[in-house]
Amino acid sequence: MSQTLTMRTPGPGQGGSEKRERVGRRSPLRRFLARPEVGSLIGAVVVFAVFFAVAEPFRQAASFSTVLYASSTIGIMAVAVALLMIGGEFDLSAGVAVVTSALATAMFSYQFSLNIWAGAALALALALGIGFLNGWILVRTNLPSFLVTLSTFLMLQGLNIAVTKLVTGSVSTDNVSDMDGFASARAVFASSIPVGGVDVRITVLWWLLFAALATWVLMRTRVGNWIYAVGGNAESARAVGVPVKRVKIGLFMTVGFFAWFSGMHLLTAANGVQQSGEGVGNELLYIMAAVVGGCLLTGGYGTVVGAVIGAFIYGMTRQGIVYAGWDNNWIMFFVGAMLLLAVVINMWVRNQTSKR
Amino acid sequence: MVTLTDTTEAAREERAPSEPVLELRGVGKTFGNIRALSGIDLKVGAGEVTCILGDNGAGKSTLIKIIAGLHAPTSGEYRVDGEPVAFTSPRQALDRGIATVYQDLALVPLMPVWRNFFLGSEIRTGFGPFRMLDVAGMRRVAEEELGKMGIDLPDIDAPVGNLSGGQRQVVAIARAVYFGARVLILDEPTAALGVKQSGVVLKYVNAARDAGLGVIFITHNPHHAFMVGDHFVVVKLGRTELDAPRSELTLEELTHHMAGGAELDALEHELKRGEGEGR
Repeated sequence: MSQTLTMRTPGPGQGGSEKRERVGRRSPLRRFLARPEVGSLIGAVVVFAVFFAVAEPFRQAASFSTVLYASSTIGIMAVAVALLMIGGEFDLSAGVAVVTSALATAMFSYQFSLNIWAGAALALALALGIGFLNGWILVRTNLPSFLVTLSTFLMLQGLNIAVTKLVTGSVSTDNVSDMDGFASARAVFASSIPVGGVDVRITVLWWLLFAALATWVLMRTRVGNWIYAVGGNAESARAVGVPVKRVKIGLFMTVGFFAWFSGMHLLTAANGVQQSGEGVGNELLYIMAAVVGGCLLTGGYGTVVGAVIGAFIYGMTRQGIVYAGWDNNWIMFFVGAMLLLAVVINMWVRNQTSKR
Repeated sequence: MVTLTDTTEAAREERAPSEPVLELRGVGKTFGNIRALSGIDLKVGAGEVTCILGDNGAGKSTLIKIIAGLHAPTSGEYRVDGEPVAFTSPRQALDRGIATVYQDLALVPLMPVWRNFFLGSEIRTGFGPFRMLDVAGMRRVAEEELGKMGIDLPDIDAPVGNLSGGQRQVVAIARAVYFGARVLILDEPTAALGVKQSGVVLKYVNAARDAGLGVIFITHNPHHAFMVGDHFVVVKLGRTELDAPRSELTLEELTHHMAGGAELDALEHELKRGEGEGR
């Protein structure tokens, strides 16, 4: 990049010989290493290499497709959660909100005898409403997002089961798989597409599409600039005219949209019956993926690409342990260890590269 | 820093007294029954640096907040270009070209310089949902504008947090100038800086003045004020203690007014010793 200065009228009393203020130029390697997602990229390579070596099935294309599928179900939500985290907040209700959306779609459709898509539209309004409420309470009360979304999380967890029981008399929804629109919804949210002889779940493609879109928004649009700013320093952002409250509410509603999308996948992939007690704990996996990918928990720093890699590491670990024939119960231990390692490496890399 | 005042002295003499861009007449502010300010007169012309000096609690902050549009005065008159104004928000003051650079600078440390420069006023290309940031344009303009202020950052992508305190001040000043400021209010820009960094900032105060801006320079350091100021207002306990042009003042007199009688001797002693070592 050539950055020649074409205009410079030196201030008075500033002799030509006087040394100008400079900031050290960083080498291309340092620039690369300073990227937020570098730590997770190295981690992904290591995890891939380990399972490639120890688990024979891991080397087959079909099981790699399964790895990608496991990554995508967490990864789609991690895209939205990463945006929110860069904007300085996080959402503990995201995991159960996914199930809320799936339950709502099934119940709206069944109880009102609607086309699945009409039920889905109502559920979308509900999911966006939950996101709006999270954001609105946050900006009105200035409470930390931990407390606001912990409350929503607990309330939704209770509502999911209580309302489902109230409406259907059991802990799961009525089967909606034979209703109008289910087949097309399934094609959009839970089908498989053959790519080079291997069936790839459609969520993988959605995941990559959403990640690309979110990256574009974040890096190349005004809203993206604002997201970094409200996460980095909300007061400064407000002082220069950034609508901080609208950005934060919008981010929570984005999480709402993605929760709805994931909920649609859940419902259509589960053949039209949704259990009401699921989803608890997933919110932490979304946050884990974003943090492993280099997003700062305090906001203002990180990328969506990092969150994608974080989710991929999770997917590889989850399926890799199965393929290696190890006890399933080790999965969470390894995910946790990975998180700790990633956070420490990210911090170390950041400290190293910011030194001048 | 000493040569700075010498070289600009000539330019200062040539300038004809201009019509004030901003004027306060007998402005006062009470909070409940506390009288924070009373009877403050202030004129700021284009290409002039007006220094407002005062000790902590003298009412400087209240005065800035009135000028910046954060507070409305409870008495007196505030005029911009000769017409009375009643700002209800900083945005309105900004629209009239009155920009404030606060001590915290309103910069986001983790964001690159050019993103900070345009934050809240981004340049965009395209239309409809495909409107996107003109990244190349913003980088170029940010670099040019910083160049004009004599600050050269080879890495416009460096996060603002990596810059020195003085450089950060300059980025904030350059931003205000670029976005159409006619009067620049600098709230204690040198307060948290070392000697060298203060010098950097003072140079840009001069550069802004020579670019035709009116500058209101708030400080409690008479040395810094005297190096760049054309006009001096000392505020004490909410009232004007001194209001004089540069031609009617010496640094000693300014310091005297700043310090007040009792503390004068000790301070003068300290000051003289400092000068002896410094030159």
